[in-house]
Amino acid sequence: MSPMARYLLRRAGMAVGVLWAAFTVSFVVLYLLPGDPVATMASGGLDGEPLTPEQLDALRARYGLDQPLIVQYGHRLWGALHGDFGASIQNGQDVRGAIMEALPPTIQISLAGLAFAIVVGGTVALVATYTRAHWLRQVLMGLPSLAVSMPVFWVGLMLVQVFSFGLGLLPSVGANGPQALILPAITLGLPTGALVAQVLAKSLSQALDEPYVATARAKGVGRVDIHLRHALRNAALPALTVLGYVVGNLLAGAVVVETVFTRPGLGRLTVSAVGVQDIPLVQGIVVFAAAVFVVVNLLVDLVYPLLDPRIATGAAA
Amino acid sequence: MTELLVREPAAVPGPGAVAPVAATRRERLARLWRFLRRRPGLIVSVVFVALVLLAAFAPGALAPADPNLGVPADRLQAPGLAHVFGTDYLGRDVYTRVVHGAALSLQATVIAVAVALVVGGLIGLLAGFVRGWVDEGLMRFVDVLLAIPAVLMSLALITALGYGTANVAIAVGVASVASFARVMRSETLRIRQSVYVEAARSVGTRWHVTLLRHVLPNAAGPVVVLAVLEFGLAILAVSSLSFLGYGAPPPAPEWGSLIAEGRNYMATAWWLCAMPGAAIAATVLSVNRISRALDGEWARAR
Repeated sequence: MSPMARYLLRRAGMAVGVLWAAFTVSFVVLYLLPGDPVATMASGGLDGEPLTPEQLDALRARYGLDQPLIVQYGHRLWGALHGDFGASIQNGQDVRGAIMEALPPTIQISLAGLAFAIVVGGTVALVATYTRAHWLRQVLMGLPSLAVSMPVFWVGLMLVQVFSFGLGLLPSVGANGPQALILPAITLGLPTGALVAQVLAKSLSQALDEPYVATARAKGVGRVDIHLRHALRNAALPALTVLGYVVGNLLAGAVVVETVFTRPGLGRLTVSAVGVQDIPLVQGIVVFAAAVFVVVNLLVDLVYPLLDPRIATGAAA
Repeated sequence: MTELLVREPAAVPGPGAVAPVAATRRERLARLWRFLRRRPGLIVSVVFVALVLLAAFAPGALAPADPNLGVPADRLQAPGLAHVFGTDYLGRDVYTRVVHGAALSLQATVIAVAVALVVGGLIGLLAGFVRGWVDEGLMRFVDVLLAIPAVLMSLALITALGYGTANVAIAVGVASVASFARVMRSETLRIRQSVYVEAARSVGTRWHVTLLRHVLPNAAGPVVVLAVLEFGLAILAVSSLSFLGYGAPPPAPEWGSLIAEGRNYMATAWWLCAMPGAAIAATVLSVNRISRALDGEWARAR
């Protein structure tokens, strides 16, 4: 087996291990801690009529909650391996189906937010490292710390205040049409944009100190060309490594953003599942999020050597 | 939410090594003055955080009125001289509610950071000191915690524990155990190599004494810096969860739930959301500024 194949196999094995552990951690948190989902469900009863103990037992048996924990664990893990996370306690819907159904709108705002983050964060980093005006650099590099200090839900509400209620330009809620996407995308993308700006500015200023930049300068290449063609191309690579965290952030941010803008999606599904202690659904979402994180990081690790040949030779050596 | 803000690692070994020559008290004060004089933003941050802490421990000193008592005739008044932050739909003074809200919100934040510090610190200490398979196992566990987005981890814990300020605090704390474990482990590994630990061992000091008397105090510096940073993040996380409605039940003035309440009146009364949110943002900004000052900036400014 070639060293590269061995590296890939090891990396994939680690990814599977992390997923299994994420499943186990979420199982321990959700099933071992106190709290009886069936009783909660019954107390929040649909028509207000309290359930009899026999009915409660029947419900427990139906969801397998009457069995010993280790049996439940084995049962659920076996199911999860086949992509089956059980049924939602709220309405009996298949957990995987519920997640898949809620996913498209969340992917939509996540991509829009990511695009916003890359464009705005990238611009801030480029201008801040390019400008010779000291005050402009100070202002621009202060923006990321300002952006991460503001609560995400508050930013969303303030945007609605100004652009929907104040100027009447954009819709405040809902998911109809591309205009409805703008404010949620900005809200969701802002913390990520701050991260992109910081990472990129740091690697850009490092790249600008490299000998090849001095060489280019000596050859008489213009500042803009040096910045965009030489430094940015090299500096963009390290920024790629934070993509895994970024995707996790976007997924988590969707919880708040979808609530603020009353949009359907995975975040809203999570909030409603937590509200009624829908344990299988919450666990499904947690494991799904971990899976996304693991897969994105795996992809980044696999793509990285292709983009940066130095890494590939390093792995083969 | 944004755990991974890039932070410059401190260029010097740590606060313990900052002043090898014992400076007199006067010299230290002079240095502090020089440091602060060139950083007006830092002074503002320190003063603001001091005010927020005062609000958290003695809200009456800043806003003597009852936060839950409203004057219906004064409802929904815009910010002005009588009500600096305006009034809400029951005629309650928003400034008073924000000041009193600091208590609940900061208590939750302190609990969260304490949980993360103690649990994460112990994991890191154990992993770094014992090494071997214990280290391997604990750090794999920390990797898993990092793979689950913090908000979802907190929500899973709230699902299991139920609502309330304390549960929100624990949920936020557990979700940020991982970063403390990592920093503590790397500090412990560094200190293990030091001459004084070797010396302590060679004279036969028992391991738990070495751990408590030598490793722990010397690892404290970077961990405290992280704690200050995490404090800012925890304020944001706690207020998000209380905005979503998992915190204290309605009449209590938590920062996040104040904004959630104000949301219903946004079209007519902008200040109900704007003011508490600005208070959160200003607090987090100040805390982050202080954490940046502690993290190397002080040591670098000789």
